[in-house]
Amino acid sequence: MIKSIKKVAARVAMSFALLGLIVAPAMADVLDDIVERGKIVVGVKADYAPWGMRDASGNLVGMEHDMIDDFVARLSKEVGKPIELEKVVVVSSNRMQFLEQGKVDMFIATMSNKPDRRKVVGIVQPDYYSSGVAIFAHKDSGVDGWKSIAGKKICGIQGAWYNKDHGLKNGAEMVAFKGTPEVEKALLDGRCVGWLYDDSAFIPRKVNEPEKWVDYSIATPTVDDVPWGAAVTLDELGGRLSTLLSEAIIDWHKSGRLIELEEKWGIPQTAWLQQMRERCRAGDKVCNDVYDEGE
Amino acid sequence: MDIVWDWFQWLYDEHGIKLTIFYDEWDRNRFFKGIWTTIHLSFVCIVLSIVIGICGTWLQMSPLVWVRRIIQAYIQFFRNTPPLIQLYFFYFAVDTSVSGLLGVHGGILDSYGWAVVSLSFFAGAFNVEIFRAGVEAVPQSTTEAATALGYTRRQVYQYITLPLAFRVCLPALNNNLINLLKTTTVAYAIAVPETLYISNQIWSDEYNVFEMMNVVWVIYLVLVGFLVWLMHNWEKSVKIPGYGK
Repeated sequence: MIKSIKKVAARVAMSFALLGLIVAPAMADVLDDIVERGKIVVGVKADYAPWGMRDASGNLVGMEHDMIDDFVARLSKEVGKPIELEKVVVVSSNRMQFLEQGKVDMFIATMSNKPDRRKVVGIVQPDYYSSGVAIFAHKDSGVDGWKSIAGKKICGIQGAWYNKDHGLKNGAEMVAFKGTPEVEKALLDGRCVGWLYDDSAFIPRKVNEPEKWVDYSIATPTVDDVPWGAAVTLDELGGRLSTLLSEAIIDWHKSGRLIELEEKWGIPQTAWLQQMRERCRAGDKVCNDVYDEGE
Repeated sequence: MDIVWDWFQWLYDEHGIKLTIFYDEWDRNRFFKGIWTTIHLSFVCIVLSIVIGICGTWLQMSPLVWVRRIIQAYIQFFRNTPPLIQLYFFYFAVDTSVSGLLGVHGGILDSYGWAVVSLSFFAGAFNVEIFRAGVEAVPQSTTEAATALGYTRRQVYQYITLPLAFRVCLPALNNNLINLLKTTTVAYAIAVPETLYISNQIWSDEYNVFEMMNVVWVIYLVLVGFLVWLMHNWEKSVKIPGYGK
């Protein structure tokens, strides 16, 4: 009996060891693979207008898609061989897994650069965009700047940390619901005058459903910016692909390309991009390819 | 009072038990406001649901078939749907339609108002059935005797049936009212700032989920315990010696 248990245990242990071998990261350089197949697989968004969306004829377009096209052109030039681009549509809940499983070589998919994510994927520095918290309000609401929300009903999402710091502390009466559909309904029904949320969620609403949101606009400056980063696998971070991507992003900041793209896609000007342009031109360390604590 | 708050501050500093609702004035104020909201929301709903129960039972015995049918429909509607869905339905569907009809912007009732309406009718539907059970338990010979003494139908109900029925159905009523108090927590779905809603905000802000879960648990234990104690005393005080034995 004991013997057979030991046998089973040994088998289980061995299969785990084998599994470990299979999922162990391939040591070959990602860029070599890309050049060999003549193709790069990039994770993109299709559900986040205007950063990544589908146009009327179903093509994937958006600010991030323009960035990716530009990067692939640079890549082809760098390796001296035309590299084909294959886009794989990802969503927020699977983008990191796709990268870990090797389904994509990299992604630019509206991902904010957070400490817990940096442990899972390699977030390429510098960051390329930034979003923060703002209030989306009706034009007749009288909301204009953070101080103006005192005593007003402001909708929010239950459990969001900024409900206290930016809503309650500014004197607003927070009306918080479980999810965004309830908030939208309450806002349109006039149960609250504004919506405290991530500003990058308001812009797609204005772009996709202009009639519905015609009377609403972002009525406060954006605060508590969280930057967005492109990602490669953890092992690849610091490798050739990641270095090339860093160089491209630095160049986009310096040349003002990101600001141009922002304008092209109808995204309200982000102060962060303006600052980054100046800082990159001045050679600030924020604009290098390593992540420094507190950056 | 400061000494108590300081003790909780010490508890956090020394043992990492983060009860901001005691030492942080901001959290303390909103938390106690939340408990107060739970208490008066429960009180208003309990009173209204009992009124609805009494009226409903009275109407259920109406000689008019349509009145009986309407009451029956009301009971089925409220008893056979979950309270959370009723709350959403009232707040997001009924309110929108009615304010659309009336041309009102911003809703006809706020979230607290709709919580009162929906929870009172929800518990009221059960109360109707509870009271009916009590009424039916009153022996027919008793009501017949009252009629023979010249009582009208309303008088029989008011002076004979109801007082007796009330004693029969108190245990079942207690159950339902306790349930009602617990069901007020669903009002947090439509942003009524009651205990659970506020606690959820606090644990999201302070990352003290574990501590707040315990606090919420204790709060409801105390609130429900108090209601149970109150109802038991009431039950005892109205007991008729020998009746129901």
